[in-house]
Amino acid sequence: MTWLKPSWQSVLAIALSLIALALGAMTKPEAAALAEPAATLAYPYMGAKGLIIGLLLLAALVSVTKLTPMVEAIVLFVGAHAAAWLLIKGIAGFEGTALAPYFLLLAAAWLLAWRCVALLASLRPSESVSRNALRLIIPAIFGAWILIIWEAVTRGAGIPFILLPPPSAIGARIANSLPILGSDVRQTIFKAVLIGYIVGNLAGFAVAILADRVPFLRRGLLPIGNMVSALPIIGVAPIMVMWFGFDWPSKAAVVIIMTFFPMLVNTVAGLAASGHMERDLMRTYASGYWPTLLKLRLPAAMPFIFNALKINSTLALIGAIVAEFFGTPVVGMGFRISTEVGRMNIDMVWAEIAVAALAGSVFYGVVALVERAVTFWHPSVRGG
Amino acid sequence: MDSFRSKIIPVTAILAGVVVLWYVFAVILNAPFQRDLDTRANETPGTVEFIGKTLSQPKPTLPAPHQVAVNFFENTFLRSVTSNRSLVYNAWVTLSSTLLGFAFGTALGILIAVGIVHVATLDRSLMPWIIASQTIPILAVAPMIIVVLAAIGITGLIPKALISTYLSFFPVAVGMVKGLRSPELMHLDLMHTYNASASQTFWKLRVPASVPFLFTSMKVAVAASLVGAIVGELPTGAVAGIGAKLLAGAYYSQTIDIWSALVAGSIVAALLVMVVGIAGRLVDRAMGGRPA
Repeated sequence: MTWLKPSWQSVLAIALSLIALALGAMTKPEAAALAEPAATLAYPYMGAKGLIIGLLLLAALVSVTKLTPMVEAIVLFVGAHAAAWLLIKGIAGFEGTALAPYFLLLAAAWLLAWRCVALLASLRPSESVSRNALRLIIPAIFGAWILIIWEAVTRGAGIPFILLPPPSAIGARIANSLPILGSDVRQTIFKAVLIGYIVGNLAGFAVAILADRVPFLRRGLLPIGNMVSALPIIGVAPIMVMWFGFDWPSKAAVVIIMTFFPMLVNTVAGLAASGHMERDLMRTYASGYWPTLLKLRLPAAMPFIFNALKINSTLALIGAIVAEFFGTPVVGMGFRISTEVGRMNIDMVWAEIAVAALAGSVFYGVVALVERAVTFWHPSVRGG
Repeated sequence: MDSFRSKIIPVTAILAGVVVLWYVFAVILNAPFQRDLDTRANETPGTVEFIGKTLSQPKPTLPAPHQVAVNFFENTFLRSVTSNRSLVYNAWVTLSSTLLGFAFGTALGILIAVGIVHVATLDRSLMPWIIASQTIPILAVAPMIIVVLAAIGITGLIPKALISTYLSFFPVAVGMVKGLRSPELMHLDLMHTYNASASQTFWKLRVPASVPFLFTSMKVAVAASLVGAIVGELPTGAVAGIGAKLLAGAYYSQTIDIWSALVAGSIVAALLVMVVGIAGRLVDRAMGGRPA
């Protein structure tokens, strides 16, 4: 038995596949066709059923033998994803008719994918290129399976479209309404979010420098700033809409207010981060306030400032979108979301959310990249 | 006495400055409309009278602090608690979904953290997605969650609480992962020499070590949870709650109402953070922590 190395995922996957095989009909049309062998009814998985179960069993059986983790992971990856692809492809046209074996096979494929990820996670490659590749691949498989299960379950169980549209429908919607999405992004992100984000951060930064020069101001502002960061600032949105009108300036104003305080508090904390020794050194160099600030204290404050920039990147998007719920010209992501919900065009809402998520991630990613470049000296970037 | 000198005086001074500025801006912002009214009524009030009028408009552009204070006082203490104009009632509606969402979120966050600390696969595959999940402006999804759940007959607390859950699980999960990993190698090695099982190490070392982290992140989570509950009320058609008050105020230009709802929301937020802080200190003391 030395060539066997069973994992619980693989064993369970084999068991599920066998149960699915024993239960028989995958879908209601197939059950109907089996009940009436004389009639020639079309049903899903006429040929593919054996293939799916075979693929799953093969991948699972191969994986319990003693192989190198890399080979085993590749076998599992191919088996699980091919089976999932066949499952989703086969249900097309027969949505909502799936029976228990369909879900059992889906679960089996998912278990194999899990085993694959577990194997990949246990790999410790020596070269940094493959380490970085693994850092991307592992979460990517996880994310892909969220989409696969979402797609397979919504279609297999026939979940009503307005409740939760399958990802493929959302993707199609995005592809079909690029102009609308583009104009919404221009209105919300390039006008409201970016302008508000830049102005808010600069204002927070300037006040922080001012507070640094005037200790009285710092002692008073810091507790207030800390308290304000716990308050539901988003509530000023209706007031800003009243003051600055329906167009983007009111949204930018909300974003400015939301981003101001995190920047202020973090910059003040960051300016206190440089050590006494270093400051004494600057004094022995006879460096005045501004040279010390520029050459020592601001660089030392950078990790804190970027922390604020990251927090603010999310806050800015939220602020702009929610402010649009209170009134907006007929364009913008928040406007689109609230009107399309009212018209029950849920796929359009999801498309808008996907775009917002993408924009948020890109925004955050850009800030994080700039941070790595600027704070190259920091232990968390140097990696030890 | 020292902390009094170094903290309370500057804070009060700045707050006083804010109030003064607020009055100045209230006069400036309300002046054009008041001038308009006066010319129509053919009145030429003196400067003092004019300023007095700008500070007592029924629907001002920027209400003066005392107008907000009076409105807040009336709607909080003078109305019966069951009236739907009472701020206490509206705050309670928001508070209940905040607390429900906060409880779910904390439980979910702890669960995820335990999973991430103990299962290597989850650490590598789930952690990046948890961070990515927060770059999604989830509040944008709020109306859809609420309308869709209402379409299948789930209304009331649960949909709002779900949004609060989503916002509050993240700080707890991240804080708990940090907390559960905070025991030093020395301590873990000590547990190892005691031949402690994984669950013993977990309950006797990791959990106690994570408690300070838990309460710090719960403070953030409870504030986020309140924001979630308020935004969750916006698309429900303004029935009750602080968010509903904001929306109704925006529809009918009742600026004073908006401001007093904001004040109510801020007070609730401050109280919630304070309660969590006190609970954290009590737990810390019960566990034998000494004030640092």
